[in-house]
Amino acid sequence: MTFVRPSFRHPQQPTNALGYVRKDYEGLISTLCAGCGHDSISNAIIQACFEIPVEPHKVVKMSGIGCSSKTPAYFLDRSHGFNSVHGRMPSIATGANMANRDLIYLGVSGDGDTASIGMGQFIHALRRDLNLTYVVMNNGCYGLTKGQDSATADRGSRTKKGAPNPFESIDLCEMAIQLGAGFVARGFSGDKQQLVPLLKAALLHRGIALIDVISPCVTFNNSSGSTKSYQYVRDHIEATGTFDFIPLQQEIVVQYEEGATQAVTMHDGSIIQLHKNVGGVDVTSRRRALDLLEAEREQGRLLTGILFLDPESEDTHAILNTTLTPLNQLTQAELCPGAAALEQINARFR
Amino acid sequence: MSRIEKVNDYVVRFANVNGTGSASANNLFALAIYRMGVPVTPKNIFPSNIQGLPTWFEVRVSGSGYLARRAGIDLTVAVNGQTLVQDYNEVLPGGYFLYDSTKRLPDECRRDDLNVIAIPLTQLCNDAFTDPRLRQLLKNIIYIGALAQLLDIDHGVLTAAISGQYAKKPQLAESNLQALEIGYTYAANHFAGACGLRVEPQPTSGESILMDGNSALALGAIYAGATVAGWYPITPSTSVVEAFERYANRYRIEAETGRKRFAIIQAEDELAAIGIAIGASWNGARAFTATSGPGLSLMAEFLGLAYYAEIPVVLMDVQRAGPSTGMPTRSQQSDILDAAYASHGDTKHVLLFPSDPTECFEMAVAAFDLAERLQTPVIIMSDLDLGMNDHLCAPLSWDDSRRYDRGKVLDAAALEALPTRWGRYLDVDGDGICYRTYPGTHPSKGAYFTRGTSHNEYSGYTEDNTIYRRGMERLARKWQTARDLVPAAEATERDSETIIGAIFYGTTSAAALEAIDLLAAEGVAINLLRLKAFPFGPEVKTFIDRHRRVFVIEQNRDGQMRQLLIGEGDFPPAKLLSVLNFDGLPITAATIVDQIQPLLAAPDPDGDTEPSGEKP
Repeated sequence: MTFVRPSFRHPQQPTNALGYVRKDYEGLISTLCAGCGHDSISNAIIQACFEIPVEPHKVVKMSGIGCSSKTPAYFLDRSHGFNSVHGRMPSIATGANMANRDLIYLGVSGDGDTASIGMGQFIHALRRDLNLTYVVMNNGCYGLTKGQDSATADRGSRTKKGAPNPFESIDLCEMAIQLGAGFVARGFSGDKQQLVPLLKAALLHRGIALIDVISPCVTFNNSSGSTKSYQYVRDHIEATGTFDFIPLQQEIVVQYEEGATQAVTMHDGSIIQLHKNVGGVDVTSRRRALDLLEAEREQGRLLTGILFLDPESEDTHAILNTTLTPLNQLTQAELCPGAAALEQINARFR
Repeated sequence: MSRIEKVNDYVVRFANVNGTGSASANNLFALAIYRMGVPVTPKNIFPSNIQGLPTWFEVRVSGSGYLARRAGIDLTVAVNGQTLVQDYNEVLPGGYFLYDSTKRLPDECRRDDLNVIAIPLTQLCNDAFTDPRLRQLLKNIIYIGALAQLLDIDHGVLTAAISGQYAKKPQLAESNLQALEIGYTYAANHFAGACGLRVEPQPTSGESILMDGNSALALGAIYAGATVAGWYPITPSTSVVEAFERYANRYRIEAETGRKRFAIIQAEDELAAIGIAIGASWNGARAFTATSGPGLSLMAEFLGLAYYAEIPVVLMDVQRAGPSTGMPTRSQQSDILDAAYASHGDTKHVLLFPSDPTECFEMAVAAFDLAERLQTPVIIMSDLDLGMNDHLCAPLSWDDSRRYDRGKVLDAAALEALPTRWGRYLDVDGDGICYRTYPGTHPSKGAYFTRGTSHNEYSGYTEDNTIYRRGMERLARKWQTARDLVPAAEATERDSETIIGAIFYGTTSAAALEAIDLLAAEGVAINLLRLKAFPFGPEVKTFIDRHRRVFVIEQNRDGQMRQLLIGEGDFPPAKLLSVLNFDGLPITAATIVDQIQPLLAAPDPDGDTEPSGEKP
């Protein structure tokens, strides 16, 4: 872990289409443990935002409590961030999103923050189809309190403490698909090649986009008996396929063999090109997605990639039919009915 | 046989089964009397149930304008077999007992000091109407018709009220008018002159309104420009958000598109409800939530965050009887301490205490200004009695030249113009309030990381004890600023020389004012102070200091406001004497007088004179 980041930048460092350099998407130096999977995810977020590209100040970073929830300090310095209370990021994100629909909302949470204390808020954000990219940095344990099992720890998995976890684990992706989330994916912090395009697609998806990122805890849950260790994940990982994310303005330059790819057009015209690995996956079928997750689980494999995608999904604003003007930009004249209307209201109470 | 003979000064109680549409009929009765210019106070005393349990509705008629609930029933309309005997026994001697004589009165009803008015309501109703659903509703209108005759209520007022109520359903209006006539005619034929209670029209300015506090809170939120509401249904606050939605659908629809200029999220629980309001406020929209005691308990954690991270949020607490689930449909002022100090650590919250719907409206508007000016939660302390019952009050008013106070917020131009580095928690004006920014304001300036962890002036994480302490001291300074901004307590001097004072707030006010009039009639002069907000302004200290004995009248068991005064105001506890009502029913003047009288006789804790209230 280094505490000093060199200020030197290559004079010809690339700029993106908006004129920003990658540094404009960075944050403070991480204080997480050296080798923490979460830092890789932070880097992938920086890369994804730089590549899409988004304007850094148009992103809102939200989190709960825990190691994962500290990370918004480590990326996107120019974005407003909100480190809320344990398990309550989704409600803060809901309110913030209602106030201004024009910003990009990125929620970061952990497995304790999501699958235990925040389970209620998590599933209801899914139900509402909040326009939020919800990244779970999933390490199967409570890091900040030194390694207790979390609810996503696999049954029988052992943390550094040694005792096997006696309880059933929660699969956040299966749950999200079942609850109607329009974009569900699983990534691995050690696979940036896959994670960056996943994040890019998720950030541009309208409605909730869940990415459950397996992110090993090097300090407490990286031992040989753990199913969330780097080694275990690398040995058991299986991807739905590799894919490219093609933003609206870009031309598709690579052609793939017919039949092996699936192109899914997103609401803004962007396209996701999927190159299938696992038996003809149709990522737009909810039932197939659930079947496949279960089948892979039975095999002891960890399925990653885009698991389910509904390109037609709507977000909360569409469901509520709110005005296209962000609510926080409405003027008093647009909001206050005025004295004459109040006189009429009074008359109804006489 | 004794007979109560009274004009415009009595209590009528309706004993019904809930879920039978009785509340709207009983409200019609209250409305008619109000429209005759006579002050009325309806109180719905209902069960936490949807259908089949006993429910009562009391209407106090008071020509002299006393608006508190009054105990003692002069006339009961008994249509609930389950409580018939109890209802019979609770009428005052010389009072009147109108019952549905389709079934005969039980044998144990044998009082000889009661005037019984037997009307076969069910029989009359079934003879006239065939639709079973309508029968249930119209039976209620029949007794209203009978009351109109017995009490001499203006017929035209009643028929106009019914026609107005069913303006869009003329057929229903017709059956209602028919039912009214049936009751009226039956009473005229069988009980002419049987009742000594009468309504006599009074001159009125026509200005005052009859409104429930929850509608007024909702209107306050509409007028204050609130756009986001996060909520979770809980009695008795539910109708706040329901009314907000109703008014928003009327006044907040974008004409060209039909789209909504508001977002209401029914959350999964109160934790999320206030989280939504906080998230929206943080992002620059005016937002609120409404709840009651159990919800307030759940919201405590987030209130602490909003206090410490300095995020405006408006919370409307419509209090009910606790502890725990308590009596969900009964009223109390028992969340005072919980609201004042909600959440762990050193937290304090601004509280507002409306005493009638007019003030609910004004304080709701003020709450949004205060929350944004002070960047902190503001909690409006209403209660079930205020929120769900209709109250006679001054009309709501709005000044079109009024502008919202959005507080200290920097826009892009202001950020550009800053001569020095901006710090989210940097107090540059000395009032403890710092400048904030909304997300997305500027490409490179004004972003910060909001956190509930300890932070320095630039919102960076710190565990430095000096910096932490500096931040907490600044929050204390902000609290002093709040003291100057919240509405001042309202002092009324009845006698410049009396040594006795009374402090009260919210729905206790009407009963307290009446009690003080009753005591004044006995020669006891008491000065008044009605609290409107916490923190307390200097006028509270002035008032307490200048009286030797101060009664603190409130509706909870533990004298919560008294405790708050002692804790925050550093007053000698012995000087502040609790007068309490906590049975869940709205407090009455008689309760207050009964408790104050023995206290007046007790020796003065600070001196050797008897605090009789008489001039020395």
